[in-house]
Amino acid sequence: MSKPLVKIEDVGQTFDTKNGKFVALRDINLDIREGEVVSLIGHSGCGKSTLMNLIAGLTLPTSGVLLCDGREIAGPGPERAVVFQNHSLLPWLTCFENVYLAVERVFGTKEGKPKLKLRTAAALEMVRMSHAMDKYPHEVSGGMKQRVGIARAFAMEPKILLMDEPFGALDALTRASLQDELMRVMSETGATVVMVTHDVDEAVLLSDRIVMMTNGPAATIGQVVDVDLAWPRDRLDLVEKPEFAKYRAAVVDFLHRKHLKKAA
Amino acid sequence: MSALTMEKTTEEAATSAAKPVELVSPAAPAKPASENAEKFRAVLKAVIPPVFGLALLIGIWELISLKGGSIPNPAVTWKAAVALFSNPFYENGPNDLGIGWNILSSLKRVAVGFGFAAAVGIPLGFMLGRFRFMSSMVDPIISLLRPVSPLAWLPIGLLVFKKADPAATWTIFICSIWPMILNTAEGVRRVPQDYLNVARVLNLPEWQVVTKILFPAVLPYMLTGIRLSIGTAWLVIVAAEMLTGGVGIGFWVWDEWNNLKVEHIIIAIFVIGIVGLMLEQFLLFIAKRFTYETR
Repeated sequence: MSKPLVKIEDVGQTFDTKNGKFVALRDINLDIREGEVVSLIGHSGCGKSTLMNLIAGLTLPTSGVLLCDGREIAGPGPERAVVFQNHSLLPWLTCFENVYLAVERVFGTKEGKPKLKLRTAAALEMVRMSHAMDKYPHEVSGGMKQRVGIARAFAMEPKILLMDEPFGALDALTRASLQDELMRVMSETGATVVMVTHDVDEAVLLSDRIVMMTNGPAATIGQVVDVDLAWPRDRLDLVEKPEFAKYRAAVVDFLHRKHLKKAA
Repeated sequence: MSALTMEKTTEEAATSAAKPVELVSPAAPAKPASENAEKFRAVLKAVIPPVFGLALLIGIWELISLKGGSIPNPAVTWKAAVALFSNPFYENGPNDLGIGWNILSSLKRVAVGFGFAAAVGIPLGFMLGRFRFMSSMVDPIISLLRPVSPLAWLPIGLLVFKKADPAATWTIFICSIWPMILNTAEGVRRVPQDYLNVARVLNLPEWQVVTKILFPAVLPYMLTGIRLSIGTAWLVIVAAEMLTGGVGIGFWVWDEWNNLKVEHIIIAIFVIGIVGLMLEQFLLFIAKRFTYETR
């Protein structure tokens, strides 16, 4: 087992609301090792996105500490790239320019323009978006926007890639093809990934570990499942494998029997 | 025509193959003609109401001129307008210039006052939108000053600049600046959090946050502010020029009142309206070009 890249120690998050304090998360302890893919899964409102924002540094915890590569996470930074749920491409920049903005920010001090452009083109090539790189985001489909969002994040060569329900806004078929793409890109780059999802199949298909969260308020980690399926994975093969069914059943059991959302 | 009809009928045949009874409908070949009629009707629908409204306006005007006596009727006014616009740029000494010069000098004042207002108002709006302290500091002042008629500032302008012309420009500056500040600030506040999160994850320096994210996101709001400002500025310039004199459409109106050329005053009203409409349409056109689709 490789060393932990991100350490989350006794983290809690409380928000001040009109009705007083709201405890979103408590007692979160988790190590994320280099090169592994971790899914955070739970019912809506369980604080999985809150936890991801904490790792991203977009919010700071009210208690406990988060470390990335031995240093405390004090704010967001390009070494922890984020793929946002709604792609968050800037509508006034082309797909190429959106990725280039990130590339320039990370490598601009060390590399010249031609090299940066090559990096950008390579990232778009990796997600098979070369044909549309000069289009504006509103000119391409939702799935293509998310591809560009993923290219932007990978192009930054982050230590860890954070994905907040990356395929949540897509239809089932587009989602499946993007999951396959993502698996290919992850295996090519050996990236460390933390992904928030509420899709059980997606979690089992893509993860090395599935972190299941209890219902909020005061949500915490309920159970962790190690998904011991060999890479590369193929969705068609997996469906027939009994292990896949077993992992799937474990997650479904946790979500729907032990932690059924009362008023959904 | 006949080829088109052929195509239509074959298409019709293909789609209604399931219902062969309707295939021999006599209405099918006549379809293109009725389509043309439809288009014609749509154009009529768009054109008739405004024309009707305009005719009504001129009719009422004619009626009033019949009764009132001192108000010239539309025909007289039209003749005066033709005479006036046959030589809009004559120069007959400094106090007798063509209507074209008067319009241009009014537009120039609006442009200068407005330009200064943009130069001050837009950066100020950015700061108000970005920093809460700034907005809490300046908002009460703006709320206090904004309802004041810009003409109340005219004496201050005369006092400071000692001349009529910059004083008129100064009132334009004052009336243009408020919508500019407020709309820019509102635009900055409404920049989607997602875009700002992108900026935070990338650790963009402040100047790049402004040029790459805030400015393009705020541009549509800014253009709304500019449009509102130009509208008010064009309203105010007429009044300001009546007070300051010199050359300008407002002064011209007052001058023609002193000459008792009422038909010229009516022409001026139309001219002011048309110029205002053109300014508005021009800015709407620009705004459309710079509005990004966000979905």
